[in-house]
Amino acid sequence: MPASEDGQWTMPAKNVQNTRFSGLNQINTSNVGQLKVAWTFSTGVDRGQEAAPIVVGDTMYVVSPYPNILYALDLKNNGAQKWKYDPHPQQASPGVACCDTVNRGAVFDNGKVFINTLDGNTCAVDAATGKELWKTKLGDINQGETITMAPLVVKGKVIVGNAGGEFGVRGWIAALDEDTGKVAWKAYSAGPDTDALIGPDFHPFYAMDQGKDLGVTSWPPDQWKLGGGTVWGWVSYDPDTDLLYYGTGNPGVWNPELRPGDNKWGSTIFARKPDTGAAVWAYQLNPHDLYDHDEVNENLVIDLPINGETRKVIIHPGRNGFMYVMDRTTGQVLSATSYVYETAAKGVDLQSGRLIPNKDKEPKTNQVVREICPASPGAKDWQPTAYSPQTGLVYIPHQNLCMDYEGVDANYIAGTPYVGANTKFYAGPGGNRGFFTAWDPIHNAPAWQIKENFPVWSGTVVTAGDVAFYGTMDGWFKAVNAKSGELLWQFKTGSGIIGQPVTYKGPDGKQYVAILSGIGGWPGALVSGDLDPDDDTAAGGWGAGLRDLKDATTKGGTLYVFSLP
Amino acid sequence: MRLRLLIAAIVLLTGISLIACEREERGFRVQTPDTNRVNNKQLVDLQAGQPSKTPDTPNDYENNAQALADGKQLFQQMNCTGCHAHGGGSIGPALMDDKWIYGNRPEQIFSTIVEGRPNGMPSFRGKLPDYKVWQLAAYVRSLSGQAPSHAAPGRDDDLQVGKPENSQDKKKPQNSTASKSAEAPQ
Repeated sequence: MPASEDGQWTMPAKNVQNTRFSGLNQINTSNVGQLKVAWTFSTGVDRGQEAAPIVVGDTMYVVSPYPNILYALDLKNNGAQKWKYDPHPQQASPGVACCDTVNRGAVFDNGKVFINTLDGNTCAVDAATGKELWKTKLGDINQGETITMAPLVVKGKVIVGNAGGEFGVRGWIAALDEDTGKVAWKAYSAGPDTDALIGPDFHPFYAMDQGKDLGVTSWPPDQWKLGGGTVWGWVSYDPDTDLLYYGTGNPGVWNPELRPGDNKWGSTIFARKPDTGAAVWAYQLNPHDLYDHDEVNENLVIDLPINGETRKVIIHPGRNGFMYVMDRTTGQVLSATSYVYETAAKGVDLQSGRLIPNKDKEPKTNQVVREICPASPGAKDWQPTAYSPQTGLVYIPHQNLCMDYEGVDANYIAGTPYVGANTKFYAGPGGNRGFFTAWDPIHNAPAWQIKENFPVWSGTVVTAGDVAFYGTMDGWFKAVNAKSGELLWQFKTGSGIIGQPVTYKGPDGKQYVAILSGIGGWPGALVSGDLDPDDDTAAGGWGAGLRDLKDATTKGGTLYVFSLP
Repeated sequence: MRLRLLIAAIVLLTGISLIACEREERGFRVQTPDTNRVNNKQLVDLQAGQPSKTPDTPNDYENNAQALADGKQLFQQMNCTGCHAHGGGSIGPALMDDKWIYGNRPEQIFSTIVEGRPNGMPSFRGKLPDYKVWQLAAYVRSLSGQAPSHAAPGRDDDLQVGKPENSQDKKKPQNSTASKSAEAPQ
């Protein structure tokens, strides 16, 4: 076991580098087949369970979907409840949550647990007592703002961003003082440089991202005010470069014909200084995003040997279907390799940095364009990947989807959806809607790949025991050999799995694996929201793509904890 | 030969005119329901004491193709599709199935649109004149086949997303709220 491994799991991504690698190896390829349920816990909510349970010492903390109740569970006593904290989010907030009422987890730092609430608050709670220490309101549901992401704590600051890209909100990321909850800085994605905290430190690598006030000039007049670029995904941090890395969501209004221009800074990766928020570089992955290809996916901070030298990189499995390996000090794209069937784009021009869209697949207003791959949820959506330094592979839960897309007119009415598109999704080539892929980031090719019938909407974890865990939308929790992809163990939980598996060492010295089961999220809303898939556009296009999901699973909200006998 | 054609034409035209008789009888003036009566309708089945009889408020727009078509346009323009998709639901519940959380009667749907509902349905009070809300309410009911097929929309101008409204099976509303209205006093 590496010395750095303390057996805890204090933040959803395990570490600020977002690798989701655990140094624990008690559970390994030879014994994982004996895993048994140790204990379970009901979150009391039957909507999509996307949260990662976190573990600090002998306590586990779990946050439920809306109404975002935070539970502290006693690991010395089979998960008995120590306390719970109810932040009382506004009852109307589910009405502006695009994709079910999910929450992606709590984070621990310095004796406090931090959560975000659907109605746009960040709360700090005493980890020992459950007492609220502060609560800061950051978003307004009447503007369509929600918060679903898990915060990240860096250098005493709680980093939070908003959601609401389907409601014409202005996306932002903010840093709150972890002791007081006061906003230290807030950077908008669209708008003037002053709002985006773009100043003298800003040195984007590519010419397309250089210039003054691009967040205004790359839009039709005033459209940036509804410009999206929300920050609802993962934030990572590199102590070496002292930079935060995160991606922004789709630019405001899906229908791209309604917003000519590059629409900065939607679908962009930013590098910022955590102390001031000052932007250091930015790279727009999808200039003038055509398909709701948010790029909020995680940026894994790792060092890789590339062409004989060790490079400081981030790996970003793009929603647009390309696996980006980027120099994290400069923002240069070292490679961008397609990892799913792709018709929407022809590649990335490494000279200009620009995505090369396929003209034939550009959406038009009142015209249906067919066979766009990947579909709006992309090659991979929010579901986070893991990286094992032992195997050198990136483990990617993701989907295999294409779509038909029609742009339509959109009216902006604050607090109601602002989309302007009709979409229907369906399986890509092969007919399987999901994949679990082990990707070799040096050779830019898959090492192995597992086909799954449903999109793999859960996260994953990989361990020093060379086991990777993930779940399926019909409720199977699986352990596979991290080197070969061989299925080693599986367990059928009560509901579909879209959560984030974690592993930790309990107070008894045993290794445990935990996962929340409970269908929901964007695709699973068909079940958690009891939608009708007779309408292809139900759940924003999943009606067509997951017509069979309601027969495969039912609602739930249960934490499962496994251990060896 | 010409005579045969003529006869054939007459037969055909007669046939068409007969079919035409089955089509919508469109009133030139549709009476907008009395909005004042909306407030007299209770939301739930259970009532303390003797149940009082409150009359239904029928919505004539449900029999009028133009009003239903207008309702369908409003459904898109007011961003209803953003939450309810084309009846299958998304952020909000499905409207094409047999489940009605806040009532399936026209006046209940009217209230839901105007007042909003506590778990996320926004209030559209002051955003549309009453007659347009009634058109929307008529269209909402057509999604589950409650409007007559001769009046309900028969095609989409947009991406084909499922059966058109006039081909929807008429679902039997299963309400958690006051479904069977008391007999209207004459």
